[in-house]
Amino acid sequence: MSPPAERPGFWQQVYRSVFRHRFDDTPRNRVLQITSNVFLHLHPATIRRHGLRLRFTWGMGGLSFLMFLVTVVTGVILMFYYRPTAAAAYIDMKNLQHEIPFGMIQRNMHRWGAHAMVILVWLHMLRVFLSGSYKPPREFNWTVGVLLLTLTMLLSFTGYLLPWDQLARWAITVGTNMAAATPFIGHQGPGAGLTGVTERTDIRALLLGGPQVGDAALLRFYVLHCVFLPIIASVFMIVHFWRVRKDGGISGPPHAEDAASSPGGPRA
Amino acid sequence: MNDAHAQAARTDETLPDAVTTWPHLVRIELLTTLVAMVLLTVWSIVVDAPLEEAADPNRTPDPSKAPWYFLGLQELLVYFDPWIAGVIVPALIILGLMAIPYLDRNPRGSGYYTLRERPFSIAVFLFGFLGLWIVPILIGVFCRGPGWNWYWPWEPWDIAHATHLTNINLTDWLGVPSALGGVFVCAWYSLGGAFWLWRRKSPALLQLGGARYAVTAFLLLTMTAIPLKMALRLLVNVKYVWVTPWFNI
Ligand code: HEM
Repeated sequence: MSPPAERPGFWQQVYRSVFRHRFDDTPRNRVLQITSNVFLHLHPATIRRHGLRLRFTWGMGGLSFLMFLVTVVTGVILMFYYRPTAAAAYIDMKNLQHEIPFGMIQRNMHRWGAHAMVILVWLHMLRVFLSGSYKPPREFNWTVGVLLLTLTMLLSFTGYLLPWDQLARWAITVGTNMAAATPFIGHQGPGAGLTGVTERTDIRALLLGGPQVGDAALLRFYVLHCVFLPIIASVFMIVHFWRVRKDGGISGPPHAEDAASSPGGPRA
Repeated sequence: MNDAHAQAARTDETLPDAVTTWPHLVRIELLTTLVAMVLLTVWSIVVDAPLEEAADPNRTPDPSKAPWYFLGLQELLVYFDPWIAGVIVPALIILGLMAIPYLDRNPRGSGYYTLRERPFSIAVFLFGFLGLWIVPILIGVFCRGPGWNWYWPWEPWDIAHATHLTNINLTDWLGVPSALGGVFVCAWYSLGGAFWLWRRKSPALLQLGGARYAVTAFLLLTMTAIPLKMALRLLVNVKYVWVTPWFNI
């Protein structure tokens, strides 16, 4: 039996069960802050000073991720008020804007956050290129990034249809008409005669669930936008962040001592 | 550096200039998140997302614009058939971007900004990013009006702008058989082969090797062919370079 003085009180027990460590500023606690927190543990416990500089990373990868999180949170809220049918969608949008408390700002943050994400991802790619950070050993993470870029634009594109107004419908019509021109599998593309695809059986019909943008297209885009693409994008983001660490952390100029052994820095 | 820093840095001996992530990185993340959220919130209070009249399949707006981030591709529709502008070009953009790290063999300039050590790759990327992507988007957003005609941003869309240009095919304009169009296209891409024969002993091409060179040359010639065709259209009204029963380029 340990003496009573060593037994923690109730609140102390709760506190320690959650945090596992104290918060006084010791080197050990600084490391534990990161390694004992599932979210912060995305990061390594230590990081090269170089990778901290906003002048180097422009903070663009992190801000792209922040915009993704904003659209996830606001998007879930919008889903409470939105039905993906041609009869209801537009009415729901009007209600959201005029009847639902804070509906308009939820919608605005979702829309502008998505636009910001597209721009920030482009700028992130630009910085990664200009700083030569795609060079070995980070080639694969660059290709993962290109997939994320594509997914970001597809997320934005599928969401564009959902308000079901004139802007949405015709923008998606213009965009998906391109699919009808795909060689061999689009009914207006070269080689359509060889494969015999029609406007009801070609790749655009698969995308839209029919020959034009209607009810079926709205449902398809809704499911892609709210379920399928966010999950796929999340999976690739996990891979992307993991690989930033595995490829040796944020890139930087080679150290004098390890430049010879491995180009682009050590592997974490 | 105080003792704590020095000790923490030593937890990973391979990183001589390392500092602890907490608080050095986490506080930057917190602050940038706060600033970004303030900006986004203000933006969302001040500007409302657009909502036009309800969708109407019987009323096509003129112009019908794709979402702004795809307007570069829509702009290409002026100069190329949809299967090129809407399918081949986007596919090549995605595959070409993915290929960059495997094509660029220059070991210098990894992890720091430098123009001097890699002028060629940076010039190519900026040409693609700014010239072939951003500028066409700006044109599509600000300068295209009804009939996809050119309107300066300060011009009202009601002024008559009907430009009835008659475009002709390059081979008709030159008065040669249309099959020669295929020769022109092949000649353009064989420039890559010619350059190889001429410079294959140069250090840059030796380092690249045949297969990488072929892919690089194809991508670069395709990138430069796009503004070339635009110039042919704008200067001498050429519609197609190569006309066949199956496709036109
Ligand atoms: C949803 C999109 C994306 C997110 C959320 C994302 C996030 C991040 C984050 C947080 C980092 C850490 C460093 C930094 O912030 O700069 C990073 C690094 C990196 N990203 Fe992305 N990224 C995305 C898209 C892309 C794209 C489009 C590319 C390139 C085509 C790319 C290539 C890279 C590479 C190569 C690194 C390592 C850079 C280095 O070590 O200096 N990422 N990304």
